[in-house]
Amino acid sequence: MIDFLTLIQVLDGTLRLATPLLLVCLAGLFSERAGIFDIGLEGKLLAAAFVSAAFAAITGSVWLGLLGGVLASILLSLLHGLASITLRGDQIISGVAINFLAAGLTVVIAQDLFGQGGRTPPLKSGGRFEPLNFPWSISSKEMSDAGPLMQLYSELLSGHSLLVYLALLTVPLSWFVLYKTRFGLRLRAVGENPAAVDTAGISVVGLRYGAVVIGGILCGIAGAYIATSLQANFTKDMSAGRGFIALAALIFAKWRPWYALGACLLFGFFFAVDNRFQNILMPAWALSSLLIFISIVLLSYVWKKDYLDKVVLGGLALGIAIISFMVISSVWTSGLSSQVKIPVVFIQSLPYVLTVVVLAGFVGRAIPPKAGGQPYIKER
Amino acid sequence: MTMNPAIELKGISKSFGPVQANKDITIRVMPGTIHGIIGENGAGKSTLMSILYGFYRADAGEIFVDGKKISIPDSQAAIAAGIGMVFQHFKLVENFSVLENIVLGAESGALLSPSLSKARAELATLASEYELNVNPDAIIEDIGVGMQQRVEILKALYRKASILILDEPTGVLTPAEADQLFRILKRLREEGKTIILITHKLREIMDITDTVSVMRQGEMTATLETNKTSPENLAELMVGRKVLLRVDKSPAKPENPVLEIEDLNMFDDFGVQRLKNVSLSVRAGEILGVAGVAGNGQSELLEVLGGYRKANGSVKIKGSEIDLSTGVAGDGQARRAQGIAHVPEDRQREGLIMDFMAWENSVFGYHREKSNQANRFFMDNNAIRKDAEAKLDRFDVRPLDTKLRAKNFSGGNQQKIVLAREIERDPDLLLVGQPTRGVDIGAIEFIHQQIVALRDRGKAILLISVELDEILSLSDKIAVMFDGRIMGERLPSETNEKELGLLMAGVSGEAVQ
Repeated sequence: MIDFLTLIQVLDGTLRLATPLLLVCLAGLFSERAGIFDIGLEGKLLAAAFVSAAFAAITGSVWLGLLGGVLASILLSLLHGLASITLRGDQIISGVAINFLAAGLTVVIAQDLFGQGGRTPPLKSGGRFEPLNFPWSISSKEMSDAGPLMQLYSELLSGHSLLVYLALLTVPLSWFVLYKTRFGLRLRAVGENPAAVDTAGISVVGLRYGAVVIGGILCGIAGAYIATSLQANFTKDMSAGRGFIALAALIFAKWRPWYALGACLLFGFFFAVDNRFQNILMPAWALSSLLIFISIVLLSYVWKKDYLDKVVLGGLALGIAIISFMVISSVWTSGLSSQVKIPVVFIQSLPYVLTVVVLAGFVGRAIPPKAGGQPYIKER
Repeated sequence: MTMNPAIELKGISKSFGPVQANKDITIRVMPGTIHGIIGENGAGKSTLMSILYGFYRADAGEIFVDGKKISIPDSQAAIAAGIGMVFQHFKLVENFSVLENIVLGAESGALLSPSLSKARAELATLASEYELNVNPDAIIEDIGVGMQQRVEILKALYRKASILILDEPTGVLTPAEADQLFRILKRLREEGKTIILITHKLREIMDITDTVSVMRQGEMTATLETNKTSPENLAELMVGRKVLLRVDKSPAKPENPVLEIEDLNMFDDFGVQRLKNVSLSVRAGEILGVAGVAGNGQSELLEVLGGYRKANGSVKIKGSEIDLSTGVAGDGQARRAQGIAHVPEDRQREGLIMDFMAWENSVFGYHREKSNQANRFFMDNNAIRKDAEAKLDRFDVRPLDTKLRAKNFSGGNQQKIVLAREIERDPDLLLVGQPTRGVDIGAIEFIHQQIVALRDRGKAILLISVELDEILSLSDKIAVMFDGRIMGERLPSETNEKELGLLMAGVSGEAVQ
């Protein structure tokens, strides 16, 4: 059985791995709520990671690194803004271009500057965000002897970098800005019906640039976090698809800040499990009843749905049920309480499966902002 | 008069490239009056109002508000000058509440809740002052268009507008809702507001305005006092020649039924029932007009009959049943082979291919017919072109250039191309949707004549229109649709606008009588 300390450690990993997702997801939220689709999150994250690691390596200051990362990300955001707001280009194409630009440029410049095969040198202390240890917290060596409350306090709550706490604070902050301020009202309006904003005498272009820059700042912080806190240098393609996963989380979260926290923690949890365990052992009866349960939930949900939902989700439910029976038949001789190995790739694939399920409408239709993706052209 | 005009425009000109949309326009509107601006599509009415609301900047000219010269570089400046505008297509955020829409852009501070409570109080005052009641917490997409328009008016009043511009405000309203709007406008006039009403409906001008300006081809052709003019006079000023407003037609001589619909039911892609037990019949030599506010199932009825939607029920053409179960591409062709011609509601999306030339457009749907084929493999383009030229000439399409792309014709001429294609095939049944939407008065006259001529040749016509005037003047029999149902059938001679209006609003036939 999994002990309490292991669980705490997995949750601790969840928090650390959810942080960049959360920041990027909120970046996408601001941008998309204003009607600008941002497929270039991945590129901005990567560029910010590189620039912050490079700045921190050269200057030895993590703060200058953070600043550099944020500036780089804002610059790319403005490029996206120029293409999609001012020049009214296709937002998807501009985003894809930014992803390619970042993927290529980071490695080329890193090689030119440091000559270490597209990496930046490892960051020394001072060039990294160090863990913040809360008062009375204990070190990991003493952990196994401590009580559960102390373990919870020292491992899960304490000992993260400043940026983790900052990311968590961004959630209520974003919620407040979006729903409780004038700026937020206008931002949400411009993503739904820019003409309403325009005729009310507010600049659509100004609002959208504002939203895109906020997205740039958040992406920049996320990039700095992965290069100077999660890792201690920049490596090629180190964003590892987080920008796209954050986009999936954004859809999962229906473009709302608190839901985004939930979605990113869930995705972070899968990554943490993947990091912590190689293969997961589970009694066969538990696994197969879990699978059958999921299958029944799915089937009862699709019962009243459209034809397409029935095919997609019903097919999924059928597949899960078949796997469950395979599990049972594989342990037929050794008994239902024998252990079954769940390959970790299943856990790894869960975020993506979940996204597909969400897109198929499992948790209610995810309705994107109505004016999303369309440049605003003034008419009459 | 010592009073300053509420609004005065002097010598306003505006060009878009080579097109001069406004030429030296001068207009004076006195405070506390309702001023109508009438003109055909493309006459420059909307451009003029967009200049006044800061959407466009005039190339030349001056704007005075209350006798003071001002410049209006953007909407913010127009709002500051006390000008409010209600657009034809509402500028509302659909998933916001009424209150949020009213506050948007006129917030009192950076935080939202003080603005919202201030607006809530203000709204209550406005509601009692102008009898404009609306639930501040309702979500826009849940309320009707009449109510949405009220929100637009409140938005302007909340911004302290003293001059209110309304662009084609009755296009989306039932007659009853339009009457209500006019009551509100009269009330606003009593309170000293100045109202500019842009419309192409002569009747509205006569009913409610104090003064009226007529625009034609970017110029202001006349400004008159409404009680010293007549609809015929205004129509002549709009078009530049004498126009027949009433359709000149002899009584119908109906024969055997051509189209018989029984218990037609249809569900859309979202599982919403759009047609509910529709039964209708149209006889040869008869025009059946289907009236109703847009979105009550008329479009779906046309789509089912035209063959691109599935439905349940029975539809017979000259006694033979047609297959309603497929509803895929290709059925349109089968329907044409059965003698059904279709002039769709949206000519630009369904009636024409805008990037194709007039002659190509004039053969679509019939391009597989033997007469258009040179041999097994090739179409006889020369013959088609010659045929197209003759057809378009008979329908007075201008310019008569078969190689011009459809998108380069005006709305009225595009519609004539579609009509020429469908009517010239001499169908047994013509389905025609919104034949004169966005079409100039002069072309309307011609289109109406062609539809009546087809009837007089003994053909059946199913006419769908949201313009009640059109239904009343063309139809030999009128059916009213509401929420996918036929609310009742009436003869034009035995009904009136009021009764039809009630049916269109969903009041049942018995209740009306």
